[in-house]
Amino acid sequence: MNLIDFLREHEAAIVQRWCDLIFGTYAPETVQFLKKVKNRFDNPVAYQTNEGVKGLYKALIYDMETEQLSNYLDEVIRIRAIQDFSPAQAVAFIFLIKNVVREQLREHFKGEVRIDQFSQELFDFDCRIDGLALLGFNVYMNRREKLHKIRLEEVKNKVSGLLRRTGMSIDYH
Amino acid sequence: MAKIPTPEELSNISFQPPAKGWMDTKPEFKEGCYCNAASPKWLEWLDYPYPRNWSVRDEDWKLPANWKEILLEGFDERLGRFRTLKLFMDICVRCGACADKCQFFIGSGDPKNMPVLRAELMRSIYRRYFTTAGKVLGKLAGARPLTEDVIKEWYYYLYQCSECRRCSVFCPYGIDMADLTILGRELLSSIGLNIEWTMASVGSCYETVGHIGATPQAYKDMIDFFAEENERVTGVYTNVTYNRKGAEILFIVPSGDYFADPGTFNYMGYLLLFEYLGLDYTISTYAAEGGNFGYFMSHEMGKRLNAKFYEEAKRLGVKWILGGECGHMWRVCNQYMSTWNGPADFLEEPVSPITGTKFENAKNHKMVHISEFTADLIKHGKLKLDPSRNAHIKLTYHDSCNPSRAMGLFEEPRYIIRNVVPEGNFIEMPSNTIREKTFCCGSGSGFNGDEYLEMRFRGGFPRANAVRYVRDKYGVNHLACICAIDRAVFPPLLDYWVPGMDVIGVSEMVGNALVFPNEIERTTDLRDRPLVGCEEAEEEEGGEIE
Ligand code: SF4
Ligand code: SF4
Repeated sequence: MNLIDFLREHEAAIVQRWCDLIFGTYAPETVQFLKKVKNRFDNPVAYQTNEGVKGLYKALIYDMETEQLSNYLDEVIRIRAIQDFSPAQAVAFIFLIKNVVREQLREHFKGEVRIDQFSQELFDFDCRIDGLALLGFNVYMNRREKLHKIRLEEVKNKVSGLLRRTGMSIDYH
Repeated sequence: MAKIPTPEELSNISFQPPAKGWMDTKPEFKEGCYCNAASPKWLEWLDYPYPRNWSVRDEDWKLPANWKEILLEGFDERLGRFRTLKLFMDICVRCGACADKCQFFIGSGDPKNMPVLRAELMRSIYRRYFTTAGKVLGKLAGARPLTEDVIKEWYYYLYQCSECRRCSVFCPYGIDMADLTILGRELLSSIGLNIEWTMASVGSCYETVGHIGATPQAYKDMIDFFAEENERVTGVYTNVTYNRKGAEILFIVPSGDYFADPGTFNYMGYLLLFEYLGLDYTISTYAAEGGNFGYFMSHEMGKRLNAKFYEEAKRLGVKWILGGECGHMWRVCNQYMSTWNGPADFLEEPVSPITGTKFENAKNHKMVHISEFTADLIKHGKLKLDPSRNAHIKLTYHDSCNPSRAMGLFEEPRYIIRNVVPEGNFIEMPSNTIREKTFCCGSGSGFNGDEYLEMRFRGGFPRANAVRYVRDKYGVNHLACICAIDRAVFPPLLDYWVPGMDVIGVSEMVGNALVFPNEIERTTDLRDRPLVGCEEAEEEEGGEIE
């Protein structure tokens, strides 16, 4: 068996574990909530994180376009970029998949097969994750820039009617 | 080798302290997540205590020397005055039903935003100073001493509660965190802790026309501009009178509707409706602010600003008051106005001059909501409406917190919407996010300062998430609402979470749909956007399309 088959076969378990680790970056009471409440409207952080991670993982194991990867990253990072995380904490979750995969391999083969067997493939996989993390920084920066732009827009919009009245327009960009 | 944290280590640094041991954790004031301190100027204008320059990020908040005494005395006094406070301090059984119902908890993941814990911030002080168990047992009884850190925590978390009352819907005892927040903010204000956005609005409203500090002339100029705009788009000039004595009705709207788009288009809608009816109404340049940011800092200040309504109604000798689309204005008018500044015995029980309908629900405070008024007109077949003029608008409707939870206004706006847009164009969001369970926009109660964007976007996420669902599933392109704060804060919020959505007031759509006998051929809506079927004509004329 090669690694990619393994990753495809264990998709559900890996995604679930990856998500759980992401939820683990919140306070304990919040973790409970994120894991327990399944309704997507009552618990949008869990829902959107889950959707993002699901898509991201699929994109990884079925070779999707970079743009799609960025979109899925954005699902998760859009939330974390405005929550109480540092930039590093907002994107660190991407790397967690490396350990999740090793964990799953170990658990599955329980010593029958040595993980070394996959070392080259794992190395390649890790490299892709590193690339993904770099994309993640872009996504994070885009979100923060967006926030900045919205802030400037908002200042202007407070009196947009007045500006329209006087035929004035302000360009802050 | 340098010590570098691994991704695992980085990720496991819980970004928010757990609820367990919450008493010992201090809030950290990060950029984007706190409201700026009010500048002394406003406090001086309003004669509010302890004006001074201070900053939230400073260690020393320069509290008055006897701040503790002031605060505890104030607490004690309010326990006597407000039965709700005493009750809410005592009866919570910590069942947790409210815990995950606050959009600020849901969106931020910070456990101290669980309503039950937010209340505990105040309850712990109550126990320590006003209950025997707390005085004796201290921490064991959930009590703690009042320190400056506690005050900072109050400031941080009481300004993360938008006073939306969503939690109270789920609490078996009806404990209403909004009520506690109002009183907690009052106590903070009593030691000179106020937020800039609210104070600036209040100060301006106290001295001038309304929150943004415009003169009566500027206000009049804006309304005249709307009348001209109406004529340009519809061919109908909308006549307005100002401060006219003897008018039947005084019309009051929040200032958001005359200074900021898209509220301005809503104002054009109001004017068109009144012109259509030939309504005997007037607009005041004194009672010119429907909103009441005073209510976001203290009952006293809310009352002071609200006094303008009845004062002006009396001076002009009108029969009753009609109010525009505003959120908290309705909480104030519906629940406080007649006790604060009433009785309004110089006014009459509102009766629609067009349909003869008696608005019995407004018997006491004598003020009718524009949606009630309009829905009644439609019900009686008094309006000729052409829904196809709103065919480009596929919308969902956001129940603003106050009209829904403080007023029960669910059906009227929906009824209007169904009559002014083509069938199938109105799509509801999922049931656990609308009506009494509606999610807050995340920016109510004085949060709409731009310094607070990150926090507002956390609180607004659950709402935006439901909007996204109807956008993706049904192609919804507009969010309708009947609140001026909504109209101001949703465009940025949705731009972040659900780009491509426009925000629109209900009266604007009424204005689009109203058919006047003497109108010109309508090719655009009030915003100059081409109507369905008129896109090409607009292009040929070199219209607004880019
Ligand atoms: S009133 Fe609204 S914002 Fe305040 S705690 Fe309750 S749900 Fe949260
Ligand atoms: S739902 Fe009511 S009783 Fe239960 S924890 Fe919340 S405030 Fe207390």
